[in-house]
Amino acid sequence: MSQVLEYSEKVMDHFANPRNVGEIEDAAGVGTVGNAKCGDIMRIYLDIKDNVVQDAKFKTFGCGAAVATSSMATELIKGKTVEEALGITNKAVMEALDGLPPVKVHCSLLAEEAIHAALWDYSQKNGITIEGLKPPVADISEE
Amino acid sequence: MENIVYLDNAATTPVNKEVFEAMKPYFSEIYGNASSIYKFAGKATNAVDEARRKVADFLGAEPAEVYFTGGGSESDNWALKGTAYALKDKGKHIITSKIEHHAILHTCEFLEKQGFEVTYADVDENGVVKLDELEKAIRDDTILISVMYANNEIGTIQPVKEIGEIAHRHGVLFHTDAVQAYGHLPINVNEQNIDMLSASGHKFGGPKGIGILYVRKGINITPLIHGGAQERNKRAGTHNTPGIVGFAAATTIADNEMEYRIEYETGLRDYLIDRVLEEIPYTRLNGHRTDRLANNVNFSFRFIEGESLLIMLDRSGICGSSGSACTSGSLDPSHVLLAIGLPHEIAHGSLRLTLSHENTKDEIDYTIEEIKKTVERLRSMSPLYEDFLKNR
Repeated sequence: MSQVLEYSEKVMDHFANPRNVGEIEDAAGVGTVGNAKCGDIMRIYLDIKDNVVQDAKFKTFGCGAAVATSSMATELIKGKTVEEALGITNKAVMEALDGLPPVKVHCSLLAEEAIHAALWDYSQKNGITIEGLKPPVADISEE
Repeated sequence: MENIVYLDNAATTPVNKEVFEAMKPYFSEIYGNASSIYKFAGKATNAVDEARRKVADFLGAEPAEVYFTGGGSESDNWALKGTAYALKDKGKHIITSKIEHHAILHTCEFLEKQGFEVTYADVDENGVVKLDELEKAIRDDTILISVMYANNEIGTIQPVKEIGEIAHRHGVLFHTDAVQAYGHLPINVNEQNIDMLSASGHKFGGPKGIGILYVRKGINITPLIHGGAQERNKRAGTHNTPGIVGFAAATTIADNEMEYRIEYETGLRDYLIDRVLEEIPYTRLNGHRTDRLANNVNFSFRFIEGESLLIMLDRSGICGSSGSACTSGSLDPSHVLLAIGLPHEIAHGSLRLTLSHENTKDEIDYTIEEIKKTVERLRSMSPLYEDFLKNR
């Protein structure tokens, strides 16, 4: 039944020692994507000041790859401007993790979508428009 | 060897040392083809005959009713396809259950594509087949009922004897996939109304790549493997003499030690179940509390996902398995857990631990502590748990 151990060392490291686990109180933006039915839910919290992501935290229900991609996505987004944050793709997350097994690629898409959802929440709360940002798909797993 | 706690005995078991010793001569010394004429091969022929007798004894069957195969999956395929082909003029309807192993379910799906019809009977919340529904599903053109002896994921033991009775009352053949039960529970094919039975060597201390199909005398199923006169013209292929000897040796040992093993494993199992349910909140036991295999434990931990749990336990040297989608390569969690009525998100958080008589209480204590730590850690990372605590 098992095919879990095709993970890169980086994935295993970010799964076993995930960075930025937790919540941010009164976060500038919070995004939750995925659904429990399919086994993955990601929630990303962003602290944004002066258009720069000061801090990022996450909580994830999901497999090893889901945890690792959340961890890496929050690492990549810290210190970025909102525009730069929007440019973080699933590919960038995967590359930073030295790749993912093919069946786990959807986890990196979920991470990208969670970032977008958190940025969207930030833009809505502050009444600003972020060029190129679309409203989040509530449930990307139905694709 | 690295220090591991092996709790995946439903996946496979180590070959028992005595079994290995019994097999050894049949690789390079007594290597003759059991079908050859000359005296030198006779020793191999005798070994195969003797093994067949031992297996038949364990089942309460006759040696001529035991066929050696390449494993449990082949036996299941043969029982279903062989019966379907042989009886297709009598009828094209088969009944099975929703919680069978994929060796049965995928074979049924294959037969459906060939024009057969299959009814997948429901199970109750413990995973026990609903007998009244099963009987109602029988039609004039029903040729076979196939229900497993004990479930590989949740360990629930089926009322095999009663199912056989129902089948026979309606003139229908009864096959049981006993891969998880053989060598672990007493079996008597006559008392339990079993017409065909599949078993696999590596699930009870025998080698991999060897299985049996018991077929009651008088039942003529179509062969699956063609190409030789072995197994009374029913299953071609040179006899796997070491495997056959190993299967029989493991059967005899399992039979002799059965009472002790069941008592010992049940003790460890119940200790594990009681402590985990007591010490880890929001946890449920899947499968029947008592009518389950002595070595099977299956939990669902709410708010966490099974693959994460498995990898964390693996890092602590604990080998288990899960019904989570992530470990099956699909989006859906285990069909067995869904069939007993678990919602998807709870089915994703399942953990199966299958013990053996070789596990110690120390190992179980260590495992419980590691599960507690890991579940707590994964819950602290879970948005589902966060929401649950906030909405409480």
